[in-house]
Amino acid sequence: MTAAGRGTELAIETRGLSKRFGHQLAVDGVNLSVPSGSVFGFLGPNGSGKTTTIRMLLGLAGATEGSVSVLGLEMPDRFHEVLPRVGALVEGPAFYPFLSGAANLRRLDAADPYAATSTRRARVEAALERVGLSHAAGKKVRAYSLGMKQRLGIANALLSPRELLVLDEPTNGLDPQGTREVRSLVRSLAADGATVFVSSHLLAEVEQICTHAAVMSAGRLVAQGTLPELRDAGKARIRLVTPDAGLAEGVFARLGMTPVGGRSNGALVYSASVGEAGVPAGTAARAAPGGHADGAAPPDGAEPAGGDVVPEAVVAALVAAGVRVRGFAVEQGSLEDRFVALTGEGFDIAQ
Amino acid sequence: MPSREVPDREVPNRALPIREVAGTDGAADVGTAEPPSDRSSSGWPLLASELAVLFRRRRTWAMMLALAAVPVLMAIAVRASSAVPPGRGPAFLDRITQNGLFVGVTAMLVCVPLFLPLTVGVVAGDTIAGEAGLGTLRYLLVAPAGRVRLLLVKYAGAAGFCIVAPLVVALAGAGIGAALFPVGPVTLLSGDVITPEEAVVRLVLVAAYLTVSLLGLSAVGLFLSTLTDVPVGAMAATIVISVVSQVLGELPQLEWLHPWLFSHYWFGFADLLRQPIAWDAFGDNALLQAGYIAVFGALAYGRFVTKDILS
Repeated sequence: MTAAGRGTELAIETRGLSKRFGHQLAVDGVNLSVPSGSVFGFLGPNGSGKTTTIRMLLGLAGATEGSVSVLGLEMPDRFHEVLPRVGALVEGPAFYPFLSGAANLRRLDAADPYAATSTRRARVEAALERVGLSHAAGKKVRAYSLGMKQRLGIANALLSPRELLVLDEPTNGLDPQGTREVRSLVRSLAADGATVFVSSHLLAEVEQICTHAAVMSAGRLVAQGTLPELRDAGKARIRLVTPDAGLAEGVFARLGMTPVGGRSNGALVYSASVGEAGVPAGTAARAAPGGHADGAAPPDGAEPAGGDVVPEAVVAALVAAGVRVRGFAVEQGSLEDRFVALTGEGFDIAQ
Repeated sequence: MPSREVPDREVPNRALPIREVAGTDGAADVGTAEPPSDRSSSGWPLLASELAVLFRRRRTWAMMLALAAVPVLMAIAVRASSAVPPGRGPAFLDRITQNGLFVGVTAMLVCVPLFLPLTVGVVAGDTIAGEAGLGTLRYLLVAPAGRVRLLLVKYAGAAGFCIVAPLVVALAGAGIGAALFPVGPVTLLSGDVITPEEAVVRLVLVAAYLTVSLLGLSAVGLFLSTLTDVPVGAMAATIVISVVSQVLGELPQLEWLHPWLFSHYWFGFADLLRQPIAWDAFGDNALLQAGYIAVFGALAYGRFVTKDILS
C-alpha cells in the first residue's frame, strides 16, 4: 500500500498478521484493511483474537509474523509518530484508583511527549465534559462506577485531536443512555473526519454506527467489507401468507424468485433481489466458506433476467393471478444471520 | 446522565474547546502524514507526574511515617528510661542523652538492614509491575510514553524515594532528638568536635550515602518488576534479595563474594563521621552501585523493550 492517494489511504493495514502464544495461534494471517474516514466495526466472539490484534496494532504486543501499518506508517517501529495521533481504549478502562478522574487524565496526558503542558488542564476538562463526567472530575476513581470508568477511558482517548480512534468494547458496562451517547460520540468523531475502529460483540451496535466491518473467528478474519456488502443486502426475502400456495409459487417462479426454506408456519419465504430497499447489492469479501447466510443459492434458470423486483409489483402480480394475499413482508438479510453463518451458532450474541 | 453534552451527528459541537485548544479542526488532521515531532517535549512532564503520583500516594506516606517513627520511638524510649548502659543496643545509643543529634545517626543505623530496603523494595518492585497490575501500563505506552523513556522515568522515581527515605529518618531523628535532649557540639569518631550546624551537614551526608547504597537495590527491583504483572511478587522478591545479600555477607566462607554484594558497603558510612572525611567507602560504594545499575538496568531494558504487554 502506498500512502500517496488520500482517497484510497488506509488508516490501518495488516498483512499476514499472526500471533502465537506457545502452541496456540491466537491470530492467524489477518489481512485487515481499514479505509480512512470509515467507522469500522471489528466483530467476533469472545476469544476470537480481536483484542490481541488491537494490541499488535498499537505496538503493545509484537507480531509473530506479518506486518502492521497504522496511518500509513509501520508499527511498532514508528510508534512515536503514530501513537500521538491515535486515541485508544484497550480491553476496558484502567486507572489509578487513588487519583481523581481529572488527575488520572493529566497523568496519562503527561505520558504523551507531544501533548503540550500548557493546554493540559483545558484539554482534560474538555474531554471530561465531552463524555459527561465534569461533575465527577474531582472524585477518586475508586468511587467510580464501571460505566463512569468506561466514560473516563473514552475521555482519555479524546485528550488530543486524533486521526484514528481504536475503541475496544466502548459500550461495555454502560447503561442504555450511555450507549446512546457513545454512539453519537462515535458519529460526531467520524463527522469530524477521524477514522473510528470499534471492536464489539454487540451486533446491533455495529449495525447502527459502522460503515465497514470485519469478522474474526478463532483467530482468522472470515469476512470484511462495507456493511451492506456484509449484510448481503441484495438478498432480501419476501414472506407471504396465503392459502393459495400452489398458485403463488407459480407467480414467484415467473418473476424469477427462488424459494428459501419452503414453507414455514404456513408462510412462503422467497428470496429475490428486491428493489427500493435502499441498499445496492454487493459482494462481501469472503475469506472462508459459509458465505450465504440464508442458503438461498438460486437454482438454474430461476435468477431474474436483470434488474430488481419491486415489492409492489410482486403483490400486483400475485393479486392478478388470484392469490389471496393475507400477509406480505419484505425482510432484509440481517447482520446477525451473516454473523452466525460465519462464526457458528455458539457465538455469544448479547444484544 | 447528561446526554445533551454529547454532540449529535448532524451538529458536531464545534464550540468544544478540545479543538480550539489544539488549533486545528479534526478533519484537517486526516491524511497529514507528518510526524508531530516538532511538538515533542522531553521526559520531564512525565517525571514530574511520576513523582507526584508516588508522593501523593497514601502508601508512600505510610512508609515515610513508619520510617520517621523509628527515631521517634527510639528517642522516647531512651528518654523514658533512666540511663542506657554503654555498649548495649545499637551504636551511638548511649550518646543520645548527651546530644540529641545522635538520634538521627542511630536511627539510620537501625534502619539500614531492614526498614530502608523494605520500603525501597516496595517502591522499586512496584515500578512496572504496579502499572501492569492496574492496567495503566498499556495506556502509558499507547500515550505513547515510550518504553525506554518510561523505564528511565520509573527508575528516576524510585531513586527519588531513595533520596527522601533516609532524609526522613535523619531529619525526624534530629528533630525529635533536639526536642527531647540537649543539643551541643558533637564529638566525631576521630575525636574532633564540630558545631551542631556542621553535625546536621554530616547527617545529610550519611543520608546521601544511604541513598547511593539503595540505588543498586532499586535497579534490582526495577528489573524484577518487569518480569511480572503482580506488584506484590516483585516487591517481595526485591526485599528477599536484599536480605539474602546481607546473609551472604555474614558468611565468612563466602569471603570472595562479599565485595560483589550490593549490601557490602551499607554500613560503611562511619568514615563520614571523621575529621577529615574519608571518602574511600563512599567512592567504592558508588562504583559498586553503579555496576548494579548498569547490569540490572540493562536486564530490565532487555526484558521490557521486547515484552508483550498483555495486562
